[in-house]
Amino acid sequence: MTGLFSEVFLGALLFGAVTAAVPLLLAGLGEQMSEKAGVLNIGIEGMMLAGAYLGFVGAFYSGSLWLGFLTGAAGGIAVALIMALLCVRIGLNQIVNGIALTLGLEGLTALLHHFQFSRSYPRLPAADATVIPLLSDIPVIGPAFFRHHLIVYLAVALVFAMSYLYRRTQLGLNLQAAGDKPAALDVAGIDVIRTRTIAVLTTGALAGLGGAYLANVGAGLFIPFITNGAGFLGIVLAMLARGRPVWVLFGALLFGVCLSLTTAMQVAGINIPTDIIQMLPFLAVMIMLVLFGRRASLPAALGIPYERGAR
Amino acid sequence: MSIDTAPGANANALDATSGVATRRDILHRLLMTLGPILAALIIAGCILLAVGVDPLAYYGYVLEKGLFSPLGIQQTLTRMAPLLFLAAGLIVAFRAGMWNLGGDGQFLLGAVTAAASAPVLVQVMPAWLALICSFLISMVVAMAWSLLPALLRAYQGVNEIITTLMMTFLGTSLANVLVKLVFRDPGTTVPQTRTLSVEDRLPRLFDTTITSGLVLGLAAIIIVHLVMTRTAFGLKLRIVGANPRAAVHAGLGVPGLTVAVFAISAGLAGLAGAVDIIGVQGNVRADWNPAYGLAVIPAVFLARMNGFAAIGFVFLLSVLSIGGESAARRLGVPNHFTLVLVSIVLIVLALAEYVDHRYNQSRKA
Repeated sequence: MTGLFSEVFLGALLFGAVTAAVPLLLAGLGEQMSEKAGVLNIGIEGMMLAGAYLGFVGAFYSGSLWLGFLTGAAGGIAVALIMALLCVRIGLNQIVNGIALTLGLEGLTALLHHFQFSRSYPRLPAADATVIPLLSDIPVIGPAFFRHHLIVYLAVALVFAMSYLYRRTQLGLNLQAAGDKPAALDVAGIDVIRTRTIAVLTTGALAGLGGAYLANVGAGLFIPFITNGAGFLGIVLAMLARGRPVWVLFGALLFGVCLSLTTAMQVAGINIPTDIIQMLPFLAVMIMLVLFGRRASLPAALGIPYERGAR
Repeated sequence: MSIDTAPGANANALDATSGVATRRDILHRLLMTLGPILAALIIAGCILLAVGVDPLAYYGYVLEKGLFSPLGIQQTLTRMAPLLFLAAGLIVAFRAGMWNLGGDGQFLLGAVTAAASAPVLVQVMPAWLALICSFLISMVVAMAWSLLPALLRAYQGVNEIITTLMMTFLGTSLANVLVKLVFRDPGTTVPQTRTLSVEDRLPRLFDTTITSGLVLGLAAIIIVHLVMTRTAFGLKLRIVGANPRAAVHAGLGVPGLTVAVFAISAGLAGLAGAVDIIGVQGNVRADWNPAYGLAVIPAVFLARMNGFAAIGFVFLLSVLSIGGESAARRLGVPNHFTLVLVSIVLIVLALAEYVDHRYNQSRKA
């Protein structure tokens, strides 16, 4: 048994934390965009599953991880299209349809996997890491943070790109208005439905990418129900982040540590039932909600379908 | 952090019971339900075709095993019992404008509690009393599990969608921990709780294999329906659901009512777990999670929170799930296809409702 605070253990824990955080980060950023625009996207778990499955299949048959990410994002967008049609265009209940989509994709991806691979779970070769020179030589932190697949750095860059988008661009302002006062946006001559559709489709792309990362890089394989609540954690992240992408990043890292503890503790030989360790991220969420829940703020028109001239 | 997506806030919720439905209305509703279901079956059939399964064979099997074979229909009716309890719990929450999405966690904890208590209690008291006690303990445990989301929503305004979902993940894991570590049956090598012997379970109805839990479930959902539509308490809850701010001005104790709603809703979910264990399963195996809770949500919503309509949708869900399980064994289609089928049915029904609504509006205008 290696010591709990040995360099190796800490390094593995942090490396695992980053790997576990990336799907949550992408899902959280995606959900944040939907929520800003006034759509509570409960179907995000389904979008992640579609991304995980199609991402895996894409990478498996093409041999290219990047193509896998692309097909994963496309899978997320495909589910988001249904969500956008039902909940933005037609204005059906977002929560019920989100649940229906999640259930459907759980079933569909498990079904397709069954008919494609039967009971076998083929693996992808390990993703090659992009090592950042100098920084990666720092003890413990270096290997944990600076030896990841290129897409991890891109995901972090996306956080700042999103910040810029929300603060400095017209589209960012439109998104915010679509969630806070859609009628005002309409009066200003901007199509609320279109703005929200853009937001939901972007969410789908990000969630799909997150799912693809989860399957292709995180696990290296696809198993049914692989997301196991990651999408729901993304929703919590978006709610607690109060509209700030950087907060999503920190939240995702925090949850990533919790998730990574599961494997790290087993590596360290500490014998705690996995069921108890699996509770950690959700326990962390509940504690954060108890502590900060009141301060979380959400757009005024969140969850309310917009209908032109209804009021 | 409150969202005004109160499920009961739509116009239908309050007037769902007012006015007597004419025969034409009923016919219309029946058509608007069966048509979309047929369409959904065709869409799902295309998916089956795509993976190389004959959809007609599959559906034939689902119908035969879920509806038309004597054993199948008995299993279907037995399956309805827990689903009815869950639906009853959801009706209370939804009509009061609260999203209790934690049904699965509450269900499993109720189930584990029943599985742990019933075999012990039957040894020290008459079986009927033991079962009643088990039911009550399961209900209380599930109620307690919903207390945190209830208090957070009532006094801190924390969105209950998220808290109940998180509690469901926690509850599922906790139930597993309890089965594996605390209530594990030392007599078997498989991680499961002690088994309630068949003669101590809920009595069967007449000469069939249908559990009497079905009667309890039907009673629960009808009582809930009547309480929500006919009593002052139900009216209060519906006002809270329709407009929480107006409810405060009307002098209703909204935080107290919120906690009460969560307690009733979760208690019924706990009873669902108990009725499944005491009536059918007899024990809880490790990692057992039928995930009825999420599947019932859209069904209740499609029934517009109406108890009687919910019975119909729960029956449909039961047929699909029992028939789907048999077909899965026979035709090699994984059980998961039922999820796909149910979700397509839901989406198409919702779409049909929208189209119908728009058509009626344009006719009026």
